[in-house]
Amino acid sequence: MINASLKDLAAALAAKQVSSLELTDLYLGRIAQHNPLINAFVTVDEEKSRTAAKAADAARAAGNAGPLTGVPIAHKDIFCQDGWRTTCGSRMLENFIAPYNATVIERCNQAGLVPLGKVNMDEFAMGSSNETSYYGPVRNPWDTDRVPGGSSGGSAAAVAARLAPAATGTDTGGSIRQPAALCGLTGLKPSYGTVSRWGMIAFASSLDQAGPMASSAEDCGLLLNAFAGFDPKDSTSLERDNEDYTRSLDQPLKGLRIGLPKEFFGADGDAATMAAIETALAEYRKLGAETVEVSLPSIGQSVSAYYVIAPAEASSNLSRFDGVRYGYRAPEYNDLNDMYAKSRAQGFGEEVKRRILIGTYVLSHGYYDAYYLQAQRIRRLIANDFDAAFKQCDVIASPTTPGAAFKFGEKSADPVQMYLSDIYTIGVNLAGIPALSHPCGEINGLPTGMQLIGPYFSEHRLLNVAHQYQQVTDWHRRMPAAFA
Amino acid sequence: MAFTPEDVQRLAKLARIELGSEQISATLGHLDNIFGMIADMRQVNTDGIAPMAHACDVAQRLRTDVVTEGSVEQRDRCLALAPEAEAGLFLVPKVIE
Repeated sequence: MINASLKDLAAALAAKQVSSLELTDLYLGRIAQHNPLINAFVTVDEEKSRTAAKAADAARAAGNAGPLTGVPIAHKDIFCQDGWRTTCGSRMLENFIAPYNATVIERCNQAGLVPLGKVNMDEFAMGSSNETSYYGPVRNPWDTDRVPGGSSGGSAAAVAARLAPAATGTDTGGSIRQPAALCGLTGLKPSYGTVSRWGMIAFASSLDQAGPMASSAEDCGLLLNAFAGFDPKDSTSLERDNEDYTRSLDQPLKGLRIGLPKEFFGADGDAATMAAIETALAEYRKLGAETVEVSLPSIGQSVSAYYVIAPAEASSNLSRFDGVRYGYRAPEYNDLNDMYAKSRAQGFGEEVKRRILIGTYVLSHGYYDAYYLQAQRIRRLIANDFDAAFKQCDVIASPTTPGAAFKFGEKSADPVQMYLSDIYTIGVNLAGIPALSHPCGEINGLPTGMQLIGPYFSEHRLLNVAHQYQQVTDWHRRMPAAFA
Repeated sequence: MAFTPEDVQRLAKLARIELGSEQISATLGHLDNIFGMIADMRQVNTDGIAPMAHACDVAQRLRTDVVTEGSVEQRDRCLALAPEAEAGLFLVPKVIE
């Protein structure tokens, strides 16, 4: 049961082989047993979870069950969840009880998904290792001396250790795909505007996008069906008809053109990672796909452009944390400005402060054109590169990360090294297009992932490609032995 | 480029974040490294390229300027989250003598 897919869990619930309450208790038991070691959950409320499970069972008994009714899920602590503490990994929100539901949460609830708790994350989603969380780092279930990735590291570790069958995540520069890769999961960042940002605590509003994290592409499709779609409460939500993201799963891959950007397949890639990618590409060729070389000439500038644009937007978004309406207020201060400065100094961690300062600088008088405007122009060049590449191919493949999970402290002393760990994923956020990571091998016993990138609104196609691969491989079914 | 302690102090003031002298020197080194990474971006020729502020070139959707959550109960739930509130108001230190 622990290693069952969402689809199998849903089938077992439909067949009345198990109740949602039994399933929920099973996972709550595993959380109680294993969470002290991996620190994936920051808030668990067993009563609330059981109440939701009972409601799901009642809905099923009354004949009102949907495809995922009664299936448990963990929510990243970036989503406001009515009546639940919502910390965003920060001291700033240590005592914040959300007074409303994010649209993602609301839709998961409506679908009958049972919340198991709130999962840990890098503070305000700023990090690639979960080391910046005020609530302590999450440990990677595959090797607890190593990071789970970030910022959705709690989501990834919870699912990898099977403390939850699936989780929500968010991705601003790779925060779903990178931890999915380092923990052996499938994770999808949808096209910008596909999933509502209402109630999702903002980091960089033009880049942030929520998405599913689970074992398989099929499970990600089922979850995306539950929470994607137009939302009038988010002014950047795209007005489109709802779609079934699982509709193309069974399509054969014969004739699929996989683009390999020469910038990502040069001699400087990590040898073990590139070997895993080559093996996966060989599998895709057996399935009938062909590979073509493409070029993304400006992609080398993506990390630089991102570390101008994302901090700029963050410095603006995080100005709301002023110790007045909600959040932390310093106990002692002289006047209003001193209260702001002390509350923010004490409430924010080092990485968050660093990014606010970077953002403040690039937006300040005299530097705006040289940094912010230039970064936005480069963003356009990167988006144009992807447009041109997709004239020659259907999807683009690359590694998700430059290597497998690294050790605690290995990169945290040097922000630039940490930023470069998102080198393969960041361009996708700048362009706004969808991408997923699926497990494609192991390096010294640690999982590694392949990234598949598609044009706008190609989620169903990306899920189809990964699903076909997952029909002939079992990397996505493997789990860390210590949690079996 | 090299940041000076005065630069960092000015940014901290603009961002309303108190920084001690130790933090200023630590921040200084990090900012130098980060802007060193970003420096090559400034050399890219982007003449004639329109800045891209958003992933999707769609017009911002506006809504009617009306109250959508008018319940006193919800107002009180929000006020209860404030460090200090009284009589339906957020309290801050006195700014006008």
